[in-house]
Amino acid sequence: MLDKNGIAQRIAREIRDGYYVNLGIGIPTLVANYIPDGINVVLQSENGLLGMGPFPFEGEEDADLINAGKQTITTLPGSSIFDSALSFGMIRSQKIDLTILGAMEVSENGDIANWKIPGKMVKGMGGAMDLVASAKNIIVAMQHVNKAGESKLLPKCTLPLTGVKCIKKVVTELAVLDVLPEGGFRLIERAPGVSVDFIRQATLGKLFADDDVPEMVF
Amino acid sequence: MINKVVSGAEEAIKDIKDGDTLMLGGFGLCGIPENCITALVKKGVKELTCISNNAGVDDFGIGLMLQQRQVKKMISSYVGENAEFERQLLSGELEVELIPQGTLATRCMAAGYGMPAIFTPAGVGTEVAEGKEVRNFNGKDYLMEYAFDADFAIVKAWKGDTAGNLIYRSTSRNFNPVMAMAGKITIAEVEELVEAGELDPDQVHTPGVFVHRIFQGANYEKRIEQRTVRTRG
Repeated sequence: MLDKNGIAQRIAREIRDGYYVNLGIGIPTLVANYIPDGINVVLQSENGLLGMGPFPFEGEEDADLINAGKQTITTLPGSSIFDSALSFGMIRSQKIDLTILGAMEVSENGDIANWKIPGKMVKGMGGAMDLVASAKNIIVAMQHVNKAGESKLLPKCTLPLTGVKCIKKVVTELAVLDVLPEGGFRLIERAPGVSVDFIRQATLGKLFADDDVPEMVF
Repeated sequence: MINKVVSGAEEAIKDIKDGDTLMLGGFGLCGIPENCITALVKKGVKELTCISNNAGVDDFGIGLMLQQRQVKKMISSYVGENAEFERQLLSGELEVELIPQGTLATRCMAAGYGMPAIFTPAGVGTEVAEGKEVRNFNGKDYLMEYAFDADFAIVKAWKGDTAGNLIYRSTSRNFNPVMAMAGKITIAEVEELVEAGELDPDQVHTPGVFVHRIFQGANYEKRIEQRTVRTRG
């Protein structure tokens, strides 16, 4: 079973040289720590920055330079800064190659819910609805089950949707799964020490799994 | 050159009245018009509709206006950092329209560009789409979203000149340029106000035509929401 860093490390292997990537808040942010050497990627922050660098050294924080998670960050050689409309222009016109974001639920047809629990939690969708509606490739990073032990990979989302038929891949502490165009999750890899049966029990949506699904290799 | 300078925040907001619709620039607490928010709290105008990406935190930014119950309705994309906001929302005291961040930015842009509406795929098939016209272009569905109609846009820039030209700094630019273009009356507060001619025209982000009132703000706190650092070596 993977921890959050393990999920991030596994997702980082999906990133290809030359990608422009948008990382959501939470586990997706950690992906930046695991981008392999020799791979050039540009991280987009939808508040208006291409070329997000690491956190600043202590004492060098700049209140005017933050990412979409409101964290203090830095720029890199080649970075650019722009306004919010232009930022979503590059998202809508599919200039961003890969979006990685968290979710509360993903359905077997690729729907995602991650912005609202009616009556309990209302934080808002931020840029997530724009990203999932336009991105060419979307990977969800999340826990396989919620705190109550219920599967987050479902036949149909129960929470208000963020987007429909948009998720291509899900990486959890248990598994890597593709969302099939015709519907259903295909088990691609198991986390170290996790059996296919265990993943099957934690997945409420339709699951296609061969008997010899490989274990992740790091 | 036409002179847009006013004495300060109080004069800049003097004709904002109960029930008005305001756009407020900023992302989180980054690039928010601190001086004008303070003046609005002092003035005590109520029943405001505020269009802003976020709602501040409990004791800073628009959060200060929420504390004083000055806001009737918020139009935002993300309000996660404000407990008082969430309380007023869940209890029904505050009307809230949550919309996708790109839709928010582009509805501002549309207003500033003189376009009545835009089409965006964001929110198709979700509750955001309820009651909205859906159009299919090249096989993909889009929602029609209207340009905002705001009485005032209040923005924060780094530098400005007496003609109203604005330059923003770093990611404090965010929503400020599109909102500056979108207000019936646009108020700009700047960290440094210079004479016309002192800004390089090639570097101006917002041309002065969009700005009706400008003043040099004071005592910027520029609070950091998430101070994240790395250690040396």
